[in-house]
Amino acid sequence: MKVLAAMSGGVDSAVAAALLVEEGHDVTGVHLKLSDVPLDEQVPGQGCCTLDDASDARRAAQVLDIPFYVWDLSDRFLSEVQDPFAAAYADGITPNPCVTCNERVKYSALLDRARLLGFDALATGHHARLRTRGDASALLRATDLHKDQSYVLYMATSAQLAQTLLPVGELTKDGVRAHAAGLGLRVANKPESFDVCFIPSGDTAGYLAQHVDARSGEIVEVDGTVVGEHDGIWNFTVGQRRGLGLGSHERRFVVDVDATTNRVVVGPRQALACQWIEVDGFIWRGAGDPAGTPVRLQIRAHGSTVAARVTQIAAGLRVTVDEPIYGAARGQAAVLYDERDEVCLGGGRIIAAERPALPVAVTGAR
Amino acid sequence: MAVAIGAHPSEVVFTASGTEADNLAIKGLAWAGAERGRRHVVTTNVEHPAVLESVAWLARHGFEVDLVPVRADGIVDPEAVAAAVRDDTAVVSVMVANNEVGAVNDLAAIADLIADREVPLHTDAVQAFATLDVRVGGIAALALSGHKFGAPQGVGVAFVRRGVPVDALVHGGGQERGLRSGTYATAQIAAFGAAVESAVADRVRLRDQARAQTDRLATRLLALDAVHRSGPADPAQRLASHLHLQVDGVDTEALTFALDHAGLAASGGAACGAGAVKASHVVEALDVRADAVLRLSVGWTTTDDDVDRAADVLVDAISRLRAGRPVVA
Repeated sequence: MKVLAAMSGGVDSAVAAALLVEEGHDVTGVHLKLSDVPLDEQVPGQGCCTLDDASDARRAAQVLDIPFYVWDLSDRFLSEVQDPFAAAYADGITPNPCVTCNERVKYSALLDRARLLGFDALATGHHARLRTRGDASALLRATDLHKDQSYVLYMATSAQLAQTLLPVGELTKDGVRAHAAGLGLRVANKPESFDVCFIPSGDTAGYLAQHVDARSGEIVEVDGTVVGEHDGIWNFTVGQRRGLGLGSHERRFVVDVDATTNRVVVGPRQALACQWIEVDGFIWRGAGDPAGTPVRLQIRAHGSTVAARVTQIAAGLRVTVDEPIYGAARGQAAVLYDERDEVCLGGGRIIAAERPALPVAVTGAR
Repeated sequence: MAVAIGAHPSEVVFTASGTEADNLAIKGLAWAGAERGRRHVVTTNVEHPAVLESVAWLARHGFEVDLVPVRADGIVDPEAVAAAVRDDTAVVSVMVANNEVGAVNDLAAIADLIADREVPLHTDAVQAFATLDVRVGGIAALALSGHKFGAPQGVGVAFVRRGVPVDALVHGGGQERGLRSGTYATAQIAAFGAAVESAVADRVRLRDQARAQTDRLATRLLALDAVHRSGPADPAQRLASHLHLQVDGVDTEALTFALDHAGLAASGGAACGAGAVKASHVVEALDVRADAVLRLSVGWTTTDDDVDRAADVLVDAISRLRAGRPVVA
């Protein structure tokens, strides 16, 4: 098979390419320049798309003796990922830029180009597995559950998955590193990056301060009592506990970020509990109708799952859970797995979440 | 080297690159000018990064800079350059020929127009020397790079006219009139000398051959729909070795990928450090709106068969990409 392997400069994608070469495929490596982080702001080993990452990818391709290209998708990344990231925070929404990047860049611009050029498949170093039967491909959690990245791939359509290869999903992370070391790839021990890739300093608040207008407002309790001030709602995300700057001796969590009133609502943990969420951009790869299929719901990248069911409502789709979930933030992905919590069936983007009636009189704030 | 450009041997300073030669002349002339109260620099908006980045560095260190925009064909209007010169201008730098579109400037006219202003004129002749008879009349400083005409990479030349005040970048034992200290890279310099000799002896033949080859390539490609040639319409104002094309209906990265896959090395712009190709500042300066640009050049090793093969590959790649047919065999 003629495979285009996306090589970030990290160990996973290098080993993904290596495994495909070992299987006898005709592999071409490509490094994507996504984020245009100025050279003096690049932190080697952190974020993505640094000069070091590009040369790490190039070196890996040299070791594997495969053709290697660098493609500049930074304009696309800026308009589809970075700008919406800041805009979402300004709207009180918590975006997942990895999901957006996979959806709008890797599974659109990159896959489209791979197909245009005549490649049979696109390979990435994501930790997830694929099971293909006929034209349909199922997305499964990775062998290494601690590294599982099926969550950020939930939006891939069955047709896209059918043209995708995820070779490292069958290996543990240690297995990946051992394989890289065995091949003499110098990225074998490269540390992992965790931060938002286009904010290599890790200072998301600082990044947002540069891209979103600061606008101070009130921090209120769920009953409407003003308890503090904030200097921009984009500093807050639902479920957040630290950095609220409140004097209160009681533990307080961000319960809601309301862009229309420019208010941050805080409350006790139980105020975060909700029984249902509503999603848009729904993707479903399951066999039958999503309504009526018992599923498990995951609402954050490395969270656990709870039993749930999907129902059609007038406004779209609602996912209802048996036991309450905490901290469902608008903009995050609600990803659905099968009952065994192994096959990723699809999901959507959270656009609303139920807030339970609290045992306090709610006045003023909603 | 000196004979080839009409200079005196002591005016030839060997450097490690054309880039270093540009840096030495521009910064050296600017610093020397600043000592006489001149803190203004004039250049064009399509210079090589060796010039533009040197000028940008000067701007960060207190110099005022005027970037004279070129015409849509890539040539700078000599009158516009002269008009930008002020009493406090320390250096004017205009390339002989643009390295991307191959547009050839009228350096003689520029030199004439500013002759009475006592401003040193520097020129980057790196791209032009192989096919043009570059002479230093009216010019205070000039940059060359050996790899453009057969010397190994890693050796260049700065011509610096005697009597023109220039500060050094590299200080030390005082080699090269004190303008570039450091032990001579004798092997490279000897190779450079040999390359100059054969390049000059072969220049007319190479120019005629290159002209025929780029014309042949252009004829094949311009026969396709929505393919246009950039640069001056008059062949006398274009480097014989260069063909710059604008191609609609294909993407630059996909096109260069397809060409590379078929064994043809081509560039859609300047590669950044990571290896990605950015829309070049030259393409932006010329306000080119095409979906893809392609800069093709021929050299002294290029055969007519190479050119025919390149034309076949180009026509095939463009046709395939436009039709959505695979290019990966």
